[in-house]
Amino acid sequence: MQPPMTLRRVLGVCGILAAVLLAVVVISLRLGAYPISVQNIVLTLTRGAFGQRAQVPSDDWLVIFGLRMPRIALGIAVGASLSVAGASFQALLRNPLADPYVLGISSGAALGAILSLVVSPHAGVGMQVAAFAGAGLTTLAVYFLGRRGGQLDSATLLLAGIVAASFLSAIIMFLMTTLGGRDLRGMAFWLMGDLSTTPAIPLGALFLILGVTLGTIYATAPDLNLIVTGEEEARHLGVNVSRIKLVVYVGASVLTGLAVSVSGSIGYVGLLVPHVMRMLFGSDYRLLIPAAAIGGAIAIVVADTLARTVIAPTELPVGAMTALAGAPVFIYLLRRRSS
Amino acid sequence: MDRESSTATSSKEAAPHWRIEAEQVTFAYLTRESKTPKFSLGPMTLAARAGQFAALLGANGSGKSTALRLLSGSLKPLAGHVRLEGVEVSELLVRERAQRIALVGQESTLAFPMLVWEYVLQGRYPYNRRMHFESSEDCSCASRALEDVGASHLSSRWISELSGGEKQRVVLARALAQQPALLLLDEPTQHLDISARVELMRTLWKLSRSSNRTVIIVTHELNLAAGFCDQVALLHHGKFLGSGTPREVYRREILEEAFEAPLEVQCGADGMPRVVIHNRPDVDIAGIAGSQTSARSGEEFLTVI
Repeated sequence: MQPPMTLRRVLGVCGILAAVLLAVVVISLRLGAYPISVQNIVLTLTRGAFGQRAQVPSDDWLVIFGLRMPRIALGIAVGASLSVAGASFQALLRNPLADPYVLGISSGAALGAILSLVVSPHAGVGMQVAAFAGAGLTTLAVYFLGRRGGQLDSATLLLAGIVAASFLSAIIMFLMTTLGGRDLRGMAFWLMGDLSTTPAIPLGALFLILGVTLGTIYATAPDLNLIVTGEEEARHLGVNVSRIKLVVYVGASVLTGLAVSVSGSIGYVGLLVPHVMRMLFGSDYRLLIPAAAIGGAIAIVVADTLARTVIAPTELPVGAMTALAGAPVFIYLLRRRSS
Repeated sequence: MDRESSTATSSKEAAPHWRIEAEQVTFAYLTRESKTPKFSLGPMTLAARAGQFAALLGANGSGKSTALRLLSGSLKPLAGHVRLEGVEVSELLVRERAQRIALVGQESTLAFPMLVWEYVLQGRYPYNRRMHFESSEDCSCASRALEDVGASHLSSRWISELSGGEKQRVVLARALAQQPALLLLDEPTQHLDISARVELMRTLWKLSRSSNRTVIIVTHELNLAAGFCDQVALLHHGKFLGSGTPREVYRREILEEAFEAPLEVQCGADGMPRVVIHNRPDVDIAGIAGSQTSARSGEEFLTVI
């Protein structure tokens, strides 16, 4: 018998997904008001990678590296964060329907970020920290509200998440309405998600936090594989369940806070992408986590490209696109689970 | 399981004579509001040798599962000692413990679909480094475990597609992949039909004999335990009413006290005790516990499987 998972398989699948992501990025760079050929895009990217800026037409350089690439990079970071956060919450709560948006955790992060803007509009990374705190507190609240008779109950957990999401969204709307004159970004940004606003945090810092957090969560992948089969069983097999749960809980909250603080509450990516990856490659977290990260990046880049092109020059919020795809899948999963 | 074990290995200098040994172990679940224990167990003094197949018997809520968890080291006793081959179980590192003791709990549901082969390989977790991929040695070990329980043909099936008996074998295979010296199972025959129950008990008996492994199960199935187990211990409300071979322990007054039911012990054709329950609706079950009644000749009996 062969081992079900090997490093070769992980690298192979991730390589294929990375190639798909690259193709999607090139297509996304191509689409927009300023026409630019695929050949020029590839040339510009190659020369950019080797630091040969002088050989690229300045307009192409500006459009690619000044306008479109930062937005795509932001989409990649947000997609990877939300998708891995979703996969992590699904393992922690042993529930395939868990997702930062459905459970209200994104709304908690959004409220944290808004409150930080109200208190100190130019606090820099303070907003990310506040969003992380909002995500963490909401996860805790939903976790305890979702328990029945000392056990985590799937239906109660989802209801608790829905209640938390609507309650926190109401507070966000209240704040946005009463503090309308302040620079708090638009209501659509916080409730639907949007990638058109340049974040205060530099992209480099964003990717650094993302990399460290993803790495930390990935290190727990063999333990998560056992936790999803049952916490007590995992404990008997030698897993330090409390420590792993704490690490993954903090990590998933950081990822949610990070994504929401720069893009608002984009829904269903954390549900949809891990589910598709499970269908394609199985439930082993050693492959699922990196596959979900790249898959999430692909999903958001595609969704954002559609959001800014389908009714151009008007842009849709990217969250509207993900909800259009995600909501039917959520209902499908819910029905399949109950049957 | 022999109660005299404590005298045999009470001093630390003594060579480890028993595979697993519990000495004067007590435990209590405390309620949050008061310090009055909700349930207390013990003192428990038991021991089992390598290659023995033993059962903890008792009615629901008698403390069997708690006793099993104390033996596994997943619960820490309030007082007393649990030793595995002379080493205090609570002093073992979690992974070390998982390499030597496997505990199969009561049925749990999987959150995500999983193949039998992936599931059984999880039993190799205690032997591997933090971020690992299974080696060929892990695979051959898991493969052997599946063979040992007669489930090799199930390896490429989804767990959710298995019958109760097949699933129990696969769960047992994962525990065997841990290569434990002590195998503990909590109600392994629950939800199984009669043939699957007998088949599972036969497998457990073979496992204890073939690999010199100590197997201890929790069950309330008296006749199955009498048919397969070398040693049994009987619990009632956290207290041990008796331990020894089934012939020694299966006495009507002790069993009736433990199960609070009108029971009779007969001698089977194989010389093993067989427990039967009265099939009379007028027998006062509540009054049986504690007060032993006279022999009931000429009444109808039902065999307790």
